[in-house]
Amino acid sequence: MKDFTMDEAQPRLLDQTGMGIIGKPLPRRDGKLKVSGTAPYAADTPHPARMAHGVLVRATIPRGRVAGFDRAGIADIDGVIEIVTDARLSRNPTQGMAGEATVQPGDEVHYHGQPIALVVAETFEAARDAAQRLTVRYETTDPGGVSPDKPKDTEIADPETAGDFDAAWGAAEVKVDLEFTTPSHVSAAMEPHAALAEWDGDRVTLKGSQQMLRFNRNELADSLGIDPSKVRILSPYIGGGFGSKLGIGPEAVAACVAAEKLGRPVRVVMPRQTVFDSVLRRSETRQRVRFGATRDGRITAISHDDTVSNLDGESFAEPTTQASQFLYGADGLSFTQTVARISATPAGSVRAPGEAVGMLAFEAALDELADKLGMDPVDLRLKNLPEKNPMTGQPYSARRLADCLTEGAAAFGWADRGAPGSRREGDWLIGMGVASAARSNMLVKSASRVRLHGAHAVVETDMTDIGTGSYTILGQIAAEMLGLPVDAVEVRLGDTDLPGASGSGGSFGASSAGSSTFLAAKEIRERIAEKLGCAADDLTLNDGIARGGNIEKPLAELVDTEIVAEASIEGGKTAESHFSAGFGAHFAEVAVNEWTGEVRVRRMLGVMAMGRILNEKTARSQAIGGMVWGLGSALTEDMQMDRRDGHVVTRDLANYHVASHLDVPSDMVVTFLEERDDMANPIQSKGIGELGISGAGAAIFNAIAHATGARLHDYPATPDKVIAALEARG
Amino acid sequence: MRSFDFHQSGEIGDAAGALGREAAIIAGGTNLLDLMKIQVMTPERLVDITRLDGLSAIEADGENLRIGALVTNTHLAGDSRIRAGWPLLSRAILAGASAQIRNKATTGGNLLQRTRCPYFYDTSQACNKRAPGTGCAAQGGAGRMLALFGTSPDCLAAHPSDMATALTALQASVEIRAASGEIRTVPMHEFYRGPGDSPDIETVLAPDDIVTAVLLPAPRAGTKQTYRKVRDRASYAFALVSVAAIVKVEDGRIAEASLAYGSIAPHPWMNHAVEEMLVGQAPSDDLFARAGEALTAAPAPHPDTEYKRPLLRRTLIAALREATGLSESAHGVDTARIPA
Ligand SMILES: Cc1cc2nc3c(=O)[nH]c(=O)nc-3n(C[C@H](O)[C@H](O)[C@H](O)COP(=O)(O)OP(=O)(O)OC[C@H]3O[C@@H](n4cnc5c(N)ncnc54)[C@H](O)[C@@H]3O)c2cc1C
Ligand code: SF4
Repeated sequence: MKDFTMDEAQPRLLDQTGMGIIGKPLPRRDGKLKVSGTAPYAADTPHPARMAHGVLVRATIPRGRVAGFDRAGIADIDGVIEIVTDARLSRNPTQGMAGEATVQPGDEVHYHGQPIALVVAETFEAARDAAQRLTVRYETTDPGGVSPDKPKDTEIADPETAGDFDAAWGAAEVKVDLEFTTPSHVSAAMEPHAALAEWDGDRVTLKGSQQMLRFNRNELADSLGIDPSKVRILSPYIGGGFGSKLGIGPEAVAACVAAEKLGRPVRVVMPRQTVFDSVLRRSETRQRVRFGATRDGRITAISHDDTVSNLDGESFAEPTTQASQFLYGADGLSFTQTVARISATPAGSVRAPGEAVGMLAFEAALDELADKLGMDPVDLRLKNLPEKNPMTGQPYSARRLADCLTEGAAAFGWADRGAPGSRREGDWLIGMGVASAARSNMLVKSASRVRLHGAHAVVETDMTDIGTGSYTILGQIAAEMLGLPVDAVEVRLGDTDLPGASGSGGSFGASSAGSSTFLAAKEIRERIAEKLGCAADDLTLNDGIARGGNIEKPLAELVDTEIVAEASIEGGKTAESHFSAGFGAHFAEVAVNEWTGEVRVRRMLGVMAMGRILNEKTARSQAIGGMVWGLGSALTEDMQMDRRDGHVVTRDLANYHVASHLDVPSDMVVTFLEERDDMANPIQSKGIGELGISGAGAAIFNAIAHATGARLHDYPATPDKVIAALEARG
Repeated sequence: MRSFDFHQSGEIGDAAGALGREAAIIAGGTNLLDLMKIQVMTPERLVDITRLDGLSAIEADGENLRIGALVTNTHLAGDSRIRAGWPLLSRAILAGASAQIRNKATTGGNLLQRTRCPYFYDTSQACNKRAPGTGCAAQGGAGRMLALFGTSPDCLAAHPSDMATALTALQASVEIRAASGEIRTVPMHEFYRGPGDSPDIETVLAPDDIVTAVLLPAPRAGTKQTYRKVRDRASYAFALVSVAAIVKVEDGRIAEASLAYGSIAPHPWMNHAVEEMLVGQAPSDDLFARAGEALTAAPAPHPDTEYKRPLLRRTLIAALREATGLSESAHGVDTARIPA
C-alpha cells in the first residue's frame, strides 16, 4: 500500500498522459441498468432462502417509554414471526462519518416517528399490517419542546470572528439587518432505505443502501457490539442519497439484529413515510444577516447568526454560515450559531449542508445591500472579493469567482435587465437575479486498488456510486493513466472487502476516491517503467502500448503476470496552507404572476470553476441536479412538522414538493471555466454537485425581487408568500 | 394493508350485490390503494367494477355527452368532443395528478377521491373523517391544505378534485345506479354533502350505489371557459385554490357567468351572489375586485388557510380577466371560446 499525504502541489500528470479520456463526456456505466430498472438495489437483490420480512414500528408520542405491546389486535394476521425489540436497535441513522453507533435508546422514545421495534413476518404484507396495527403501550413524559420556537434547551456557540465587527458595524455608512427563515428539508432520494442481513456464523453480510461503506462498517459493528472484521457491507447500486444514507440507518441495524435472533436472513425496507419520519432531515433555520458598507460599496462589516435545531444526543448542527465566512472581505466579521434542542425527527446532512440554506439568506441579503447602495449586484460582489480567506488568512487555492460573475453576466444578458419591476409580459412580471456560488472543498482519506493484467485493468475500492458517476470516472482515471480504452477497465465498487474509500458525501467522493485510484494507477505506471527499463517520467502509455527509452511493447506482452497496486491518500499540509473551495455564479430569470403569485423560472445559467472536470457529462448532470435542488429550495420544498408533538406532517412525495419537471426550465445552462486546483489533490479536481445548489435558490429569490420590487424573507416563495409581499408592496 | 376479499364481476347487479358498508368499489385504484396501504381505508371486500360493460364510453346524447364512470381521466381529457365543447373539463383534468395516474384514474373515482388533509392520512392522529368521533387533529395543527368555506366544527377538510370543480361549473350531473337497479341523476352541486357532524359521509351515495356516468349538458354558445389552478409547484400538486369560469360577454357586458371554486371547501364550491354581481355589468378590474371581496368575505376557519382568502380573490380576478378578455391568457393556462 502506497500512502500519500497531500503536502504540496503535485504535477499535472493527467494533462500529460494524452489519452484524451479525462474530461470526456462518457455516458454513465450504470446508466442503462438504472433506467431499465435492472440495477439490483438492496431490496431487489435475489432473496436468499428462508428470508423473512421486517417492518419498523414507529413511536406515536414525542417522548416517553414503551411499556409494552398488545398483540391481541394482530393475532389474526397469518405469518407474523416476532416483534423484535433489542438494546442494540438505533434511534436514527448515524451522522455522516461518525464511525460509531448512534444513540441506542432501549425502550425510550425520544421523538414522534422513532423506530421502536421491528415486526418480522413471512411476508412483507403481513409485517406491514402488523406494524401498523400493533398496539403500543406508552408511558409518556414531557417532551419539553418539540418545535424550535419553543425549544427545551438552547446552546449558543462562541462567536467566530475576525477583526472587530461591532466597531465596523457601528461605523458603517450603509447597513442592512435582515432576518430570513428556511424550512426543514428532506433528502427525498428515490430509493427508500433498505437492508438485507444474513449471518454466517459470527459474520454478518448486509446488502444495504449506503453512501460511505468504510464508516458504515464500523457504525454497524459498533451498533451490534462486534468486531468490524465480522461485518461486510455491499452497496453496489444506490438510488440516490443526498446525505440520507451517509450513516448506517435503523433499518440496517434492525435487519442484522433480527436476522441474528431468528437465525434466518431478514430484509427491512422503509415505507416512504418511515423515511420521512426517521431519516435525518435538514434543520429549519432562522438567520440574521447584517452587512455594513461604505457609501461607495465597500463592505466593512459582515455578520451572519443562525438558529438551527436538533434532537439531543446529536452532535450535528447545520453549518449555515460556512460560505459566509469565506466569500467576501470586511473589516469585521462575526458568526454565531444557536442550536435549539427539540424532541423531533433529528437533523443531519442533507445535500450541501450549510451552503444550501445559508447562502439562501446571505446572498439575498447582499442583494438588498446592493439595492440600498444603488449598485449593480454583480459589481457589488466583484468589488468585495477578498485577497485571502477573511477568517483564516489563507490564500485561496484556486478561485475564479470574478470570472464566473463577469462571464455569466455577459452570457445571460444581465446588462439589459432594466430597473426592478420594469418588465412585464401580460400579467407576468419578469426579473433577473444573481448569486455567487461557493462550496468548501475537502479531501477525505481514501484507498483504491488497481490491477493490471495484459491490457485489462480492474479498479477496486469500497467507494459508492449513488447516481453521481463514480463507476464512470474511476474507470476514466485508470484508463487515462494506463493508456487503455475505457472498456478495458472494469470498476468494482460498493463492497467493504475492497480498499476503504472516502465514500460519497460532501461532494468529495470523485476527488478523494479519484485521487487514490490515480495514485494506484501511478504506482502501476512505475512498475511498468521498471519492466520496460525506463524512467517513470519517460513512460508513455497509449492505446495498450508502453513506450519509453526507445523501447515499445504492447501491455498484453509486457504485463504477463498481474500487477497489483494499492494506494491511499489523505489531506496534508496544503489543507493548512491554502483554502480550497468551488466557486461559481448563478443567474436566473423568473416570471411572477402579479395576481396569483405563481413563480416560473424561465432560464438559469450556472458558470462554475471547480477544478479539473473529470467527465464533462456527469459533471454537468451533477451541476444541473444541484441547480434543480436550488430551485426547489427557493420555490417548493417545505417539510412541515406539527408544532404540538413535532411529528412530520408532509410524509410523502405528494405533499413534500421537490421541483417537478415543469418547474425546471428547458433553458438551463451550465458553463465550466477551465481550472486546476493544485492544492486540492493530485488530480486537481474539486467537488461539483453541491456547488450547483449553493446559491442557486438565492438567485431565484433575487430575481423575484427584481421582477416585483417586493422582497421576501421566508423560503420557499410559494404563491401565498408572494402575494403577501405583493400586497405589502402595494 | 389488511387482507380483503376480492370480488370481480362482469354484471352490475352482481357487483352491487357484493357492496355494503364493509366493502369498497375499486376502479383505477390510484387513491384507494394508497389509502389501504396505510390503513386509512380498510375495506373487507373490494368490488372490482372495471370488467363491467357499458361504463367505459363517452356517448353523445343529442348535444349532451354521457361519460361512463370508467372512462379514464386521460381518455376524457383527450376526447376531441370534450376539447372542442367543454375545454374547461379537459384543462382541469390535465392540471391534476400526473400522466401515469391519469392513465389509471377513472371519472367515478376522481369524483370520489378522498381529501388530502394530512391528518386524515396519518393513523396516529385523531380524525373524525377517518375514525368518526375521535376528534380533528388538523385544528391547531398544520392546516395549509384545509378548506375556507362550508366546514363544520368536526372537520375542516377540502375536496381536492379539479375535475369535479370543472364539472360543477359546467352544471353536470351524476348518474347513479341503486342496488335495486333504479337509476337516478343528481346535479353536481347536490352530489356532495357538507361535513356536519358526520364528515365520514361525503356524498349522497348509499353504500351499495354505483356511479355509472356523468352527464354533461351542451356547452353554452358564445361563452369562454377557463380553468385557473394555483398550486405549490408548476405541476403534480393539488390546488391551493382553483377557479373554473364560464363567461359570456355580449355587447360589452357580461351576459352569463357560471363559476366554481376548487380546494376551498369540502366539495366544489359555488356562490351565486358572485355571478349575480357580474351579470349585466361591463367587465372591469374594479368589478372583479368587488366580486373577489364578496366571494372571500367570510373569515378562515383555520389560521393556516387565511392566505387562501387573498389568493382566491386574486385568482378569481385573474380567471375573470382571462375569460372576459381583459388580459391575455397566462402561459400554462388555457382559455377557449365556444363558438356562438
Ligand atoms: C400523487 C397524486 C396526485 C394527485 N393529484 C391530483 C390533482 O392534482 N387533482 C386531482 O383532481 N386529483 C389528483 N389526484 C387524485 C386522482 O385524480 C384520483 O386518485 C383518481 O381520480 C381516482 O380515480 P380512481 O379510478 O383511481 O379511483 P379509486 O382509487 O379506484 O377509487 C377512489 C374512490 O372512489 C370510489 N369509486 C370509484 N369508482 C366508483 C364508482 N363508479 N361508483 C362509486 N364509487 C366509486 C372508490 O370506492 C374509492 O373510494 C392525485 C392522486 C395522486 C395519487
Ligand atoms: S379536518 Fe377533517 S379530515 Fe382533517 S383531521 Fe379534521 S376531521 Fe380529519
